[in-house]
Amino acid sequence: MDQFFEQIITGLSIGSILLLVALGLSIIYGSMGIINLAHGEFVMLGAYTAWLFRNYFGLGLLAGLIPIFIVVAVIGWIIERFVLSLLNNRPLDTILATWGVGIMLQQAVRLMVGSELRYVQLPPSLSGSMDVFGLSVSSYRVFLFVVAIALSVATWLLMNRTTVGMKLRAIMQDRSVSASFGINAKRVYGLTFAYGAGLAGLAGALVSPLKSVSPDMGTGYVIDAFMVVVLGGVQSLAGTVASAFILGELSGAIAFLQNDTVAKALVLLAIVVLIRFRPEGLFTTRVRA
Amino acid sequence: MGISRRTLMKNAAALGAFAGAGFPHIWIKNADLARAAGGEIKVGVLFSLTGTTAIIEESLNKATILAIEEINAAGGIKGSKIVPIVEDPASDPATFSEKARKLVVGDKCVSVFGSYTSASRKAVLPVFERQNNLYWYPTLYEGRECSKNVIYTGAVPNQQQDEFVPWLIKKFGKKFYLIGSNYIYPKEENNYCKKLLEKYGGEVVAEEYVPLGHSEFSSVINKIRSSQPNVIFSTVVGDSVVALHRQYRAAGLDPEKMPMASLTTSENEVAAMGGDAAAGHFTSAPYFQVHKSPENEKFVAAYQKRWGADKVTHFVSEACYFQTYLFKQAVEKLATSDITPPNIRDAVKGAETIAPQGKVRIESENLHTWLWPKIAQCKSNGQFEILVEAKEWLKPVPYAAYPGQACTEKGLVEKS
Repeated sequence: MDQFFEQIITGLSIGSILLLVALGLSIIYGSMGIINLAHGEFVMLGAYTAWLFRNYFGLGLLAGLIPIFIVVAVIGWIIERFVLSLLNNRPLDTILATWGVGIMLQQAVRLMVGSELRYVQLPPSLSGSMDVFGLSVSSYRVFLFVVAIALSVATWLLMNRTTVGMKLRAIMQDRSVSASFGINAKRVYGLTFAYGAGLAGLAGALVSPLKSVSPDMGTGYVIDAFMVVVLGGVQSLAGTVASAFILGELSGAIAFLQNDTVAKALVLLAIVVLIRFRPEGLFTTRVRA
Repeated sequence: MGISRRTLMKNAAALGAFAGAGFPHIWIKNADLARAAGGEIKVGVLFSLTGTTAIIEESLNKATILAIEEINAAGGIKGSKIVPIVEDPASDPATFSEKARKLVVGDKCVSVFGSYTSASRKAVLPVFERQNNLYWYPTLYEGRECSKNVIYTGAVPNQQQDEFVPWLIKKFGKKFYLIGSNYIYPKEENNYCKKLLEKYGGEVVAEEYVPLGHSEFSSVINKIRSSQPNVIFSTVVGDSVVALHRQYRAAGLDPEKMPMASLTTSENEVAAMGGDAAAGHFTSAPYFQVHKSPENEKFVAAYQKRWGADKVTHFVSEACYFQTYLFKQAVEKLATSDITPPNIRDAVKGAETIAPQGKVRIESENLHTWLWPKIAQCKSNGQFEILVEAKEWLKPVPYAAYPGQACTEKGLVEKS
């Protein structure tokens, strides 16, 4: 029985990491319709910013979280302003453009700080383990879970309880009508993209103590993030949260019963089958057309 | 009608080229001369500077370049300079093969130093065999290969495990949890490990492979917890090594009771995971940066002076370094007109040099290298402490897990 609960908690932990990584993508993809292939690179930039802060300014990971969010958000804003908005958000062009931006970011990091694996220290206060329902769980994993939930709630509030969020939802429904009501779509898009990029940066910084930091670390995350968003249903924040935990539990359980190679294959297969029968994903927000 | 000297020369050159095309046998000698022409000996350096494995291959490129620069600064090879032609195969086997062909056929290199992964070595193998050129492969690998066109200077399974596995059983117990990345190298190492476990009364509690680049080990750690092995025998590679160690530590497992015993964790990986995550675990390899020898002190000092004081040396970069010196020795034995890949291969058979790890020798039977196995434990400062050092160097047996087969000078033979 202990083993069962241990596995449930493991699944929640894997799910919370997936959620962290997918949240930013969900915002950008869901509200702007941009398939951002540079998402993984924002994650990577966040991890490198954490490393940079630690090594050059002596700023610990936890103290650095807000500056990291700001740094990556600014980079995201610049990319939106000077690349994507010039393409008038044509979907196919933006796929290619974000892909190219991703490659350039990777190479830029490689040229500036080298291609060695880097290392971000686990915050000492969270390096132990704690008791959760009688089971010993790594404190840092519990912390990640809490942060992932907190960020999801914050994002929901931002979308549904602020003026910017309302404007964004208006643009999502009809850009030209909302523009005629005086909403500056360009500005809102820029801010949204920056917010999504900042979230990805945070995710990168937060996972870096458990994983490795390298220029091409983003490649794996962008795939995971897309799986979560597609399964959960585009435009649905609740769907993203649910699908992150479903995928986390599923891949954790299969990996425990079989192994990680089988888990990866089966989870992908399950998503493909599901998308075949429910192309809109598990959850959909109905919008009057 | 004024024929200037320049046009005369041009015509003569054209005539020469024509004659060359018509009578190739006249040019054979000179074509070989071109390989060492103008006091230059061209070699290829084929390590990825971009892509997934650039993380480690960059250090291999650096160690090779360092050795070449040292040799050139000391007067080259009998007055000829070694000219390295560096190509970036971008961690992609197909690109490896294409760049290898360019170096061998286009640039007429007499040897190429390269590759980290087995996949990339397998990809370039046909090029070197067809062109009868020579590839110098510095990485520890799974054995089970017998090419006349590759000089293997890294360890094969018997050189990393023969001493390691019985030592682990004696020290920690007989239950082994085998975990590796999902490709040929870990599977072959584990094949050999299982043979040794059988021989010394050990036991496999689980054998498991994770996808390459995998970074989520929490389910694996749960399984390790529930099966309670004495030793976690790891052949996980690349950035997965880092994730595995860090998550092992975050999960609160204790290296004193259940250490990881690795064939792949070097100073390079430790630098990437941080000493605290690596401390207490074991690695078996022929070389560690802390090894005490005058040659190693010189190597480490030169490496850090050339590439940065924060850089580490490790068991693959050391092989890159000494194999370049073995190349120099072999070429030195040859007359300038005889510098061809097959001659270099014959000259390197049985060649010895004092490497940073100790005296090494190329085995003439199978072109692998006699090495000095060592067992070391990682410390929290990111360096290893060598606990066991072999008293004798160990012969390479690339088919150790396959008693029916052996690699000889005639190629692979089946023993009855």
